Amino acid sequence: MKHTIAVIVENKSGVLTRIAGLFSRRSFNIDSLSVGATDNPDYSRMTITVHGDRDVLEQVIKQLSKLINVIRVSELGASESVERELAIIKVSADKDSRSEIMQIVNIFRAKIIDVSHRSMIIEVTGDEEKVDAIVQLLRQFGIKEMARTGKVSMVRGARVVKA
Amino acid sequence: MSKMTGAQAVLECLKREGVDVVFGLPGGVLLPLYDAIYQSDIRHILVRHEQGAAHMADGYARATGKVGVCIATSGPGATNLVTGIANAYMDSVPMVAITGQVNTWLIGKDAFQEADITGITLPITKHNYLLRSATDITRVFREAFYIASTGRPGPVLIDLPRDVTVDEVEFSWPEVELSGYHPSVKPHEMQIKKAARALMDSSRPVIYVGGGVRYAGAHRELFELATKINAPVTTTLMGIGCFPEDHPLSLGMLGMHGTKYANYAIQESDLIVAIGARFDDRVTGKISSFAPRAKIVHIDVDPAEVGKNVRVDIPVVGDAKNALHGLLKEVSPKARSEWNEKTETWKKDYPLRYIPDMNVIKPQFVIEKLCEIAPDAIITTEVGQNQMWAAQFFVHKDPSKFISSGGLGTMGYGFPAAIGAKMGRPECDVIDVAGDGSFLMNSQELATAVVNDIPVKVAVLNNGCLGMVRQWQELFFEKRYSATILGRTSPDFVKLAEAYGAVGLRATKPSEVEPVIRAALATDRPVVMDFIVSPAEKVSPMVPAGATLSEILELEWCDVAQSCHLEKIYAEGRKEVLGQEEF
Ligand SMILES: Cc1ncc(C[n+]2csc(CCOP(=O)(O)OP(=O)(O)O)c2C)c(N)n1
Repeated sequence: MKHTIAVIVENKSGVLTRIAGLFSRRSFNIDSLSVGATDNPDYSRMTITVHGDRDVLEQVIKQLSKLINVIRVSELGASESVERELAIIKVSADKDSRSEIMQIVNIFRAKIIDVSHRSMIIEVTGDEEKVDAIVQLLRQFGIKEMARTGKVSMVRGARVVKA
Repeated sequence: MSKMTGAQAVLECLKREGVDVVFGLPGGVLLPLYDAIYQSDIRHILVRHEQGAAHMADGYARATGKVGVCIATSGPGATNLVTGIANAYMDSVPMVAITGQVNTWLIGKDAFQEADITGITLPITKHNYLLRSATDITRVFREAFYIASTGRPGPVLIDLPRDVTVDEVEFSWPEVELSGYHPSVKPHEMQIKKAARALMDSSRPVIYVGGGVRYAGAHRELFELATKINAPVTTTLMGIGCFPEDHPLSLGMLGMHGTKYANYAIQESDLIVAIGARFDDRVTGKISSFAPRAKIVHIDVDPAEVGKNVRVDIPVVGDAKNALHGLLKEVSPKARSEWNEKTETWKKDYPLRYIPDMNVIKPQFVIEKLCEIAPDAIITTEVGQNQMWAAQFFVHKDPSKFISSGGLGTMGYGFPAAIGAKMGRPECDVIDVAGDGSFLMNSQELATAVVNDIPVKVAVLNNGCLGMVRQWQELFFEKRYSATILGRTSPDFVKLAEAYGAVGLRATKPSEVEPVIRAALATDRPVVMDFIVSPAEKVSPMVPAGATLSEILELEWCDVAQSCHLEKIYAEGRKEVLGQEEF
């Protein structure tokens, strides 16, 4: 089972180490982790995807909550939240393949952000499946390089996860 | 308030936190701090190894309930604290460790005596800080003491770069504001009601008590509850003394070297009420068959402990004292039952035993004598057989008077912990029950005890071997004693004590045990008592690793042939080393 949790942390040096260290020390498996600013410069938000059963998830949440620099930990249920990740992908592209690639880009509502004689860089945002799907389709042209952000996630509606 | 240096601010913080003694050893980057210590009225105990300082702070904290403070310089000083910090972390001991650090502009440059001590201690502290500015000193020290001593206590480390201690600051004393730290101490009323109901409905309850009861100072409430509903009580190593062991409801310690009756009671019980205990593997045996017939109520101040190792039917998150108060209000008195008869019969049928001997000193006999002569002493222990015998054969009645390294099992803990305990409670006799292996791991602190006039007593149960490991080799490795034989001359503990200016006493016959103990307690100097005990004695009973608690074995206490065999090995070693037969 995969679970997504949002962690609001104090924006201080060493906090990421504390969290990463906790995960490896307690043998929790992280699938993805992303960190970034929030509307309040004192806090950062991490989105962490872990896999394991309910007991593991409960331990992850409780152990994270024990860290002094962690302000809030909240599980984001898959059905009740929206999630996005972003990928930029450099694919081989010559004049024969370019138009086919652009078709795929259009279907996925992705963007071409750089073009050269032999390659293009494509930017795509979406949930994990969508990004996986376009990556899969682009493979046939030859992926030269890829960078993915890991996902960020937010609960739909009025509920708010904040400090 | 006026301007002062960072170092002076640190001392002012310590004073305001009520610190009267610190344990430490200086070094280059700590010169400004030690200069401030020189000019303050806080007592500084100079140790001979920083591990000693950490254990002293720990022993002081356990004996007094106050936060213990230790200080070490950057690099090797700081890394020497590591074992002591890990030890305090595993046993939830309130402690503040202060380490020196190189100047802030040198951090990360592999400067002389630089070590990333906040990185190193990340997994073994409740929290830690690297100070980067003198203006943060007061806030960080206040937070550190608050974090160390509240909720589930634990060690907090503050890394103090040299320039931070030199810079000038305006002293202020801000309130603690920690938005990410809310120790939950008040249990949920519903959960208390459920737990109380379960207790009323149970016909075979067992209260299983850990160190949480001691840190919450809840032993009186525990006593009231247990006696009100006639529920038997068993304790972990950390919970020893929380319930008087001479009381009919006491089942003593449970687990690997616990009593048979405690382990039987757990396995037969229909309700386990765990209070401030964490279902450690040394306690539960094979976890899947632990207390198979019981509902489990788990009361703990640390939410992460609840449900970590066992499934829990009624979780109660909160401080033991509050929870016990709540329970006491909810339960009505219960008469003695068949269950009481049953546990008392087990107690009669399977007491802790050993075979006394007229000629050879049995280690258990030494503990019994200590208990008889100094029933109110604070007992600290090293690790191994000595620790288990001290747990088993001393009749413990006061949680602050049994001090032992539980979670980490640190050899070398007991002696410095005894010094710390004596500093905190000078009116008590303090006795370290030691093994000949463990004592040598921090025996240099004899100098600390002598120089500072801290009259602790050490009772070395000198069996000539790393006894606990040897016991496992005897039982599970066909008596191949790989690297566990120390012999009788390693070293001469009486001479060792004398070399430091302490008193050394030796007993080689059972009849000498009592006079030696009395003599040790009669002097107001540090004393090492060297008890030459039978080498092949085993700690019994024992639940083999991975077995179910009810599979507890009564070991053949002392295999005479083994004893002779070991004495022969020792004698040969002695001849080789000293060229002599006699001691
Ligand atoms: C620092 C440390 N090293 C190793 C061990 C493993 N160990 C556990 S008990 C023990 C033997 C202790 O020997 P001794 O102090 O003579 O005590 P005895 O068991 O003989 O009473 C050892 C080596 C330990 N617990 N701590």
